[in-house]
Order: sequence, then C-alpha cells, then structure tokens
Amino acid sequence: MPRILISDPTLRDGNHAVQHKLSLSQIAAYAAAADAALVPIVEVGHGNGLAASSLQIGEAPATDREMLTVARENLKRSKLCIHVMPGFATIPRDLKPAIDIGVDVVRVASHCSEADITQRHIAYVRERGKQVFGVLMMTHMLTKERLTEEALKMESYGAEAIILMDSAGAFLPGDVAERVTALVAALGIPVGFHAHNNLGMAIANSITALQSGATIVDGTARGFGAGAGNAQLEVLVAVMHKLGYETGIDLYKILDAADLAEREIMPSVPTISSVSIVSGLAGVFSGFVKHVNRVSSQFNVDPRDVFFELGRRRIVAGQEDLIIEVANALASGAALPAGEVH
Amino acid sequence: MVRNHEPLRVAILGSGNIGTDLLLKIQRSPWLDCKLFIGRNLSSPGLTTASALGVPISDKSVEAILENPDCCDVVFDATSARDHLRHWPLLQALGKRVIDLTPSRAGKMCIPAVNLEECLAEQNVNMVTCGGQASVPLAHLIGKTQEDVDYVEVVSSISSRSAGPATRINIDEYIETTESAIRSFSGAKRSKAILILNPAVPCIDMQTTIFAKVAEPRMDLLKMAVDSMVARIRKYVPGYQVILGPILENGRIVIMIRVQGLGDYLPKYAGNLDIINCAAVAMAEAYAQNSMSAVRSAEIKHA
Repeated sequence: MPRILISDPTLRDGNHAVQHKLSLSQIAAYAAAADAALVPIVEVGHGNGLAASSLQIGEAPATDREMLTVARENLKRSKLCIHVMPGFATIPRDLKPAIDIGVDVVRVASHCSEADITQRHIAYVRERGKQVFGVLMMTHMLTKERLTEEALKMESYGAEAIILMDSAGAFLPGDVAERVTALVAALGIPVGFHAHNNLGMAIANSITALQSGATIVDGTARGFGAGAGNAQLEVLVAVMHKLGYETGIDLYKILDAADLAEREIMPSVPTISSVSIVSGLAGVFSGFVKHVNRVSSQFNVDPRDVFFELGRRRIVAGQEDLIIEVANALASGAALPAGEVH
Repeated sequence: MVRNHEPLRVAILGSGNIGTDLLLKIQRSPWLDCKLFIGRNLSSPGLTTASALGVPISDKSVEAILENPDCCDVVFDATSARDHLRHWPLLQALGKRVIDLTPSRAGKMCIPAVNLEECLAEQNVNMVTCGGQASVPLAHLIGKTQEDVDYVEVVSSISSRSAGPATRINIDEYIETTESAIRSFSGAKRSKAILILNPAVPCIDMQTTIFAKVAEPRMDLLKMAVDSMVARIRKYVPGYQVILGPILENGRIVIMIRVQGLGDYLPKYAGNLDIINCAAVAMAEAYAQNSMSAVRSAEIKHA
C-alpha cells in the first residue's frame, strides 16, 4: 500500500465555521497537538486563505502574520501550509511575507476553470524554493476532460501536486472516481482530494479518491470546516489504517488532537444542517451557509430558496456579496422560490 | 454632432479584448480618429477586426510608433502593466499624450466622473482598473458624505470570457491599483480590492459591490449624492446602474453596481471592458475638445 500524504486544514477551513474568528491561542493549541500526532502538513489562516480577511467573507481578529507566526512556533515536525487565492492575495503584499515567516507549503487555488490566474503565484513559490500545490476549487462544476486541461496548466506552471476540492460537498463517489482517475492518468505529479460533507459522503469520497490513485487527502479534526464540514480527520486516519494505507500519523495522538479541538476551538461540532444539505444539492460553496442564514433572516426569505437560486446562477467561491442581491430579489418577488421544483 | 474640426489622431497599442473594444468605440467618436492599431500578431482576432474596418494596423508593438512618430497625437496603451512601464519613457520622449488602460499607475489616476478636468494637463493619465472605474466614484462620495471613513472594500465579479491573458497576468497589479485609487479618492484609512472571475454560461454581467465602515453612517446624504453621481457616470457609461443600496447591512454600508456594456467587441455582459474604455474615450474626447477650444481662442485673439 502506498504512503499517503495527509494535509490538515482544521485551522483554515475550520475558520469558516466560526466566521474566521479563530484566536491565536486556539491556533497555538491545535497546531501543537497536530504536530505531536505527526500530521505531515498543517494549513493555517483565514477560511479563504491569505489576505482574505474582508467584509465580503468575514474579518479575522488576527493578522495573517500573527496567525502564521504562532503556528510556526508550534510546528516542529509538521510542515506549515497556507491557502492562497489570486484575486485576494498578491505576491508582494501577502505571499512574500508569509514565506519569510517560514511557510513550507503553499497551495495556490483558483476556481476550477481559471487555473491561468495561478501562474505567477505558483512560479513565485518555486523561485523561493518552497513546495507548491495547485488547488482547483468547486470541481463538481467541470467535466473530467476540462478539469484535466486546467490541472495540466498548473503542472506546467510548476505545481508539484494538484488538489481537487469538492468545495460544495456535491460529489457522490462515482463523480470522484472518474475525475481522480482522469487526472492521475494525465498528470506526472501527485493528485489529492479535499472533501466536504454536505451529503454525508466526505469519508467515502476520500477513500474513493485514494482507490482511484490519489495520494494526498485532506481531513480536519471532527470535520471542522465550512458548511457541513470536511472529512473527519481522525475517522479518515482510522479507516485508512484499517484499509492498510500508511499515513505516518499516530492514532492515539490524532484522537487526542481531535478531542482537544472539540474542547478548545469549536463552539459546536459540525453537523449536516438542513440548509447545508441544500447547499450540497445546489452545488454552492459550503462556506456560504453562515452568510446565507444571516442575510435570509434579515430579508425574511427561506435560506434554502437562496441556495437553490445561487446554484442556478452558478455562483462561485468569493461571490458572497451576491447572497444579498439574491435574498433581496426573492424578498421582492423578482426571483421565484425554487424549492418546489427540486 | 456638428463638427468643424479635425479629429484628434490616436493610436491604440494592444490588440486584446480591451484594445479591440476601444477601437470600436473610437470609430464612433466624432472627436477621435484611430490612425494606427498595433498588436504583435497579424493574425490575431484584434488585428483582423481592425483590418476589416479599414484601420491601418501594425504587428510591431511600440516600435510602430517609434518608426512613425507623426502617426498620432495620443496613444492608448492597452497592453499590460509591465509593458506600459517600458512604453511610457519612449512615448514621453516623443511628446505623446498617453492614456494608460493598464494598472501600471505610471500616470495620474483618472476617474472621469470625479477628476477629469484635473487630468487635462497631464501627459500620462492612468485609467485605474475596471473595478476602480465602477467603484471609485461611489467611494469618493462615501468620503465626502461620511465622517471618519475607516475602511472601504470593493469586490468585483467579471465573466471569465471577458478576462483576457493580460488581465489575468495582471491580477496583483489590479488589486494594488484599485486599492490605491480607493484610498486616494475616498480618504479611507484602509482599503481592499477583491477580483473574482466567474465562468458561468450564459456569462454574468460585471458586478461590483462597495462595502464601507464609517463611524456614524449618514445614509440620507449618501443616497442623494449617489443619484446625481450615477447620472454623471451614465453620460459616458450608459450601462452603469445601482442594483442595490446604499443600504446598511450588518453595520456596513453596501452599494451594488451592475455594468452592462454596449456590446461592441464582446457581448453586453463585458461591462468591465466598457467601463474602462468609455472612461478612456471620455478622457481623450475631453483632450480633443480642450485643444479645439484652445485653438479657437487663439484664432479669435489672432483675428
């Protein structure tokens, strides 16, 4: 069985679940616990990554510099990783100082069809001699053929692995298998998978990805992440060990880290809320759920209708402002509630 | 329009989406005459379009102007920020007026609805960015009507189809230039710009949201000011409209803008091309009218 690389974005994706308000002491505590469990890669930062603290997405109480500095101090064996989206983070203002602080791995992300905006950021990380992965988000929105084209672009820019994100938690195992299989066949670099649990498929989809040839998977403590959460890391590790995959992770210590995370960093353990199920069905970014709930209650509309309308408009990650417009349109009767037709 | 003058002679450097759309707009202007349309590849869609319109073309980039400096008085630069920094000293030495559509920030930043007159004397004006043209006039109003503007943030979504290779490669410069314009025109202490490309089909219209945090929102003053500003902008960008606000949501001022284009080179969804090109044309026409009136008053004095 091949050795699988586990990447843990609890301290990044989990930030979506707390409106990006993870504190420095919470970051320190979980980073130290993940390090003790020998988690290979620990991803830290605002939910949308570097330089994403904003009114659009949510303001973080700590700066990127503060978050990365405290994480760096608490990671001895684990690599420190950041998520970077061109359009939010620039090279001189954000990426350069992050690497100066001691980031080891940079995951440069774009919407699944827009890989060419990652070219300069990926090249810059290579110039600095750090590890760089390309991340394609919302991959349920593209066919396997188009996804392969975009992944090949990232490989040509210098990416050392490609991660497919099921950002909306919209995939069923068959969807994962066909896309991962196509990428593994076409690329000369490793392929990874990042699940969301809106339809209860996060662990099953992650295992399917591995069985289709992926060698990198993401998981978070208790599934702490946007919307319905991610693949639950400690479950993923247990299942992988049972299947015979090597992770290099200490089982008891990752269970301890998950217990600590539940106690110290999450106000509530992620569940698949009714609205998150609709988010998965509609194929809308999981991280929208808090915004949709808040805005829907202000405009007195059904958040499920908002999600279906956002899905109909094929809204992508980062377009949180359009939630207000859609809720306003539903409230004024300019858009029809969509619930019944689904 | 009655015209008893020679139009201003212009050249367009850059034959991508922006340059080609700009050409189609200039073809309609009674004040401007495109004497040379310049790219790097004769078989590109932009040069083919220009050629079909009977506009002289060249594939020699800035060399085309260096070789034939008398071809024009004004140069529109629709290449990339990095290329503009190379072009500008060459064009400056030739005494050309330059209207820069890249986010280079080499020249004075120009938002016609706000500071067109102040830019008339400049040899190089920078048209900021599409998101800047959409948001800065309103950010400027927030600065004028509100006290203690802490923060202004602008988020623009554009259709993927409308973002050509130079736009994509300049995404960092887009952010830096838009943020700098927001601060300088609104007086906000902090600013942030975010750009999202949306590949949905049918293509989405360009949309920009302006968020602001101010000490004590004064919405009545802002609402009145927005109406008259929108009317000013619509004189040169007819497809500019407020689709929401200004409202207070979650303690922040929110205004949402949608910009539909005229459908010249790309269909109407590409409001991002339209708004920066309409602004550039407004700037060039103002030069033309200004120099005409200067000539006229000289003639009157002479008589």
